[in-house]
Amino acid sequence: MSLSKWLPMPLHSLLLFIVWLLLNNTVAPGHLVLGAFLALTIPLLCAPLKTRQPKVLRPLLALRYIFRVLGDIVVANVEVAILVLGPMRKLQPAFVAVPLDLSGDLPITLLASTVSLTPGTVSAEVSEDRKWLYIHALHMTDEQGLIATVKSRYEAPLKEIFGC
Amino acid sequence: MSIWIEILVSVLLLIGGFFVLVGSIGLCRLPDIYTRLHAPTKATTVGMGAILIASMVMMSVEEGHLSVHELLITLFLLITAPITAHMLAKTALHHENRALKRTQSQQLMSNAREQLPPDANRSHE
Repeated sequence: MSLSKWLPMPLHSLLLFIVWLLLNNTVAPGHLVLGAFLALTIPLLCAPLKTRQPKVLRPLLALRYIFRVLGDIVVANVEVAILVLGPMRKLQPAFVAVPLDLSGDLPITLLASTVSLTPGTVSAEVSEDRKWLYIHALHMTDEQGLIATVKSRYEAPLKEIFGC
Repeated sequence: MSIWIEILVSVLLLIGGFFVLVGSIGLCRLPDIYTRLHAPTKATTVGMGAILIASMVMMSVEEGHLSVHELLITLFLLITAPITAHMLAKTALHHENRALKRTQSQQLMSNAREQLPPDANRSHE
């Protein structure tokens, strides 16, 4: 019996195990055993449903990306709070189409989620050929600037992380 | 519980409360559905983040061991918030909800609805 047969998704197993312990907020032996049991059996049952996803090639860069996004969320929150409390007639909402260089569903999903999480922009739609991301911006003064920010700040690191 | 912990928790709760309030005010004040979408994403990120950190500090001190299951709530919020925002935006586009008049580049809306690239001329209509 090979290891990959019994442990088809090692990362998912680890994640399930950690989430189980966090849910119960304990490291009691009983929960360790139960968590390990769930972490082993659920991936076994789900393995046939697995679709191929690009691998994270640069885990350190991914960690840096997470912290950068968290930082941006805080900064942008303050900016948007000022906009929301300010006069409404000054708002300049806009739709923007951002050309995508990324490929693969997972990287594009991550980019779209990042864009939605950083306040001031919500990703509305992806074109069928996966080449354009439609974004709604709450207040846009510089279209090219916004596109360039999204591409250099979020898309470029994602491209490097997944190597696609 | 020492006074410093109490101050820390209160400040975090105030910050969290402020941002959640701003999110709700935004939901009321913003003029159309597309701009309103921006308000809930605000409230869940920094607002809920601060409230959950306050809860973590408070429970850890009260119970004497590290309380970390608040991290899970943050994780689930961070996963679900963009998806709900995206689904709402998609639905609004499909219902052809009008955007605010001065919204720039409104011609993109019909292409986005059909999931076409922005330069495609929609010959099938």
